[in-house]
Amino acid sequence: MAPARVPLVDYLRLEPEPHLVAQECISCGARFFDRRNACARCGRTEFAPASVDGSGELRAFTIVHRAAPGIPVPFVSAIVRTDDGTWVRSNVVNCDPTPDAVKLGMRVQLITHTIGADDDGTEAVAFGYEPV
Amino acid sequence: MAAQISPDSVWVLGAHMTRFARYPDRDLIDLASESAMAALADGEVTVGDIDVLACGSLFQASGAVGQRIQKQIGQTGVPVYNVANACATGATAIRTVMMAIKAGEARIGLAVGAEQMGKMGLLGGATKKEKKVFEPSGRYGAVTGVDGHLGTETMPGVFAQAGTAYAHDHGGVGFEQFARVAYKNHLHSTLNPLAQYQKEFSMAEIMESPMMSYPNTLLMCCPTGDGAAAVVLVSGERLASMPAHVRKRAVKVSASVLTSDPFTEDCQVQPDVNTLTRNAADQAYEAAGVGPEDLDLVELHDCFATAELIHYDNLRLCEPGGAGDFIDSGGPFRDGATPVNVSGGLISKGHPIGATGVANVYEVTAHLRGEAGDRQIEGATVGLAHVIGLASACGVHILEKAAA
Repeated sequence: MAPARVPLVDYLRLEPEPHLVAQECISCGARFFDRRNACARCGRTEFAPASVDGSGELRAFTIVHRAAPGIPVPFVSAIVRTDDGTWVRSNVVNCDPTPDAVKLGMRVQLITHTIGADDDGTEAVAFGYEPV
Repeated sequence: MAAQISPDSVWVLGAHMTRFARYPDRDLIDLASESAMAALADGEVTVGDIDVLACGSLFQASGAVGQRIQKQIGQTGVPVYNVANACATGATAIRTVMMAIKAGEARIGLAVGAEQMGKMGLLGGATKKEKKVFEPSGRYGAVTGVDGHLGTETMPGVFAQAGTAYAHDHGGVGFEQFARVAYKNHLHSTLNPLAQYQKEFSMAEIMESPMMSYPNTLLMCCPTGDGAAAVVLVSGERLASMPAHVRKRAVKVSASVLTSDPFTEDCQVQPDVNTLTRNAADQAYEAAGVGPEDLDLVELHDCFATAELIHYDNLRLCEPGGAGDFIDSGGPFRDGATPVNVSGGLISKGHPIGATGVANVYEVTAHLRGEAGDRQIEGATVGLAHVIGLASACGVHILEKAAA
């Protein structure tokens, strides 16, 4: 039997295909990955779930060599702007963690990967972006 | 340009900072009280003259630091405001006293910033707690720590991303430009006896020092440390009745501004250190009636080399998009168009968080008085002090020399 899988964060949905879901202000369209009492841009209070495009552009990055204990380094931290204009923070994966390989403005695509299992064997699934 | 004393103006009457360093044998209250007493003496007033005290200390924000300072220097019963606002904590303390004076509730006030960090090491990265059972918790329903899996939360990394975002949008900015910022600030610090470090490093040494978070190497990051700074502020009305030699050393606070993040889309997932800094700078220039071209020196928040570079643009010190050219052309060096961080900046002078925003005002004040010693910018009459704390808070103060 395949192990149970849970998303690392609740705005990552694994089915039917992995994608992110934002809370979108129905008035101004601002998107948030956590709950808000009112929209930080326009102050309205109604939100609806919105699927986020899986593809986008690398807008900023850093290659982290020193991190808190237990976090494998180096890794590429990234700010991605998806093709529907949503800003996302994650890692660039499947890419050498070097300034030569990571290029500002490069096209990236959302993928998922397993980051570990708990004592019951349940796997946590994170998302990242790989160059395309 | 030299400022006249109008009744509704506010002035720096006294100022002091301890050397930023590590003081394992002294505590926060020792450092804060030393600076408070010295700033009072510098302004030729006593604790009995103080109508309000604001005290900034981030890591001991719940520790009644202001009241504990009073127990060291004089318990007069005046109101105390203990403030915390990330790396803008010190500027917030000054701003609090400014507001009290402007509101007419105080004539003379004392703002103290102090921090004791020791060797805290890397800030911002949460130690991951491995849960035995993955269960969603928190606002994002995370089943375990996300730092390192969904980007970085470390300070060198967050500010590195702010720098590479600028490089994405503008040409002429790369590893070398960021390194040159650190080269400049280490070089400047060799003239400042109050700096935590006073050592020059070559470009090669900076670029080859251990990589923390590309493009920020170790020598492009501020250290942790201990220190305190204090300023005494006075209303123009009260200052006008003081002796001529006191008035002559007073420095006008021509603008005192604090901003927070307005909504931007990207600041929902990464700190936007730009927009609120631009807003603060524009408000400050408007209030002071001066422009960036009038500034003789700037102390800005170079917590990391990447941060300083983008603030050249945010504070309008260079052409829009031209921060790379500005550092390459020598503009922010002490002999350049607009000297930036002649103190050595946070990178080399140090960054005991609560003290930083007060120490920047101390530094500009010292230059405007012509009392900055070997690092003096000759003839300085107008200066700007900037700090930013994440999440975010930005403080900008513009200071002007008094009319003779």
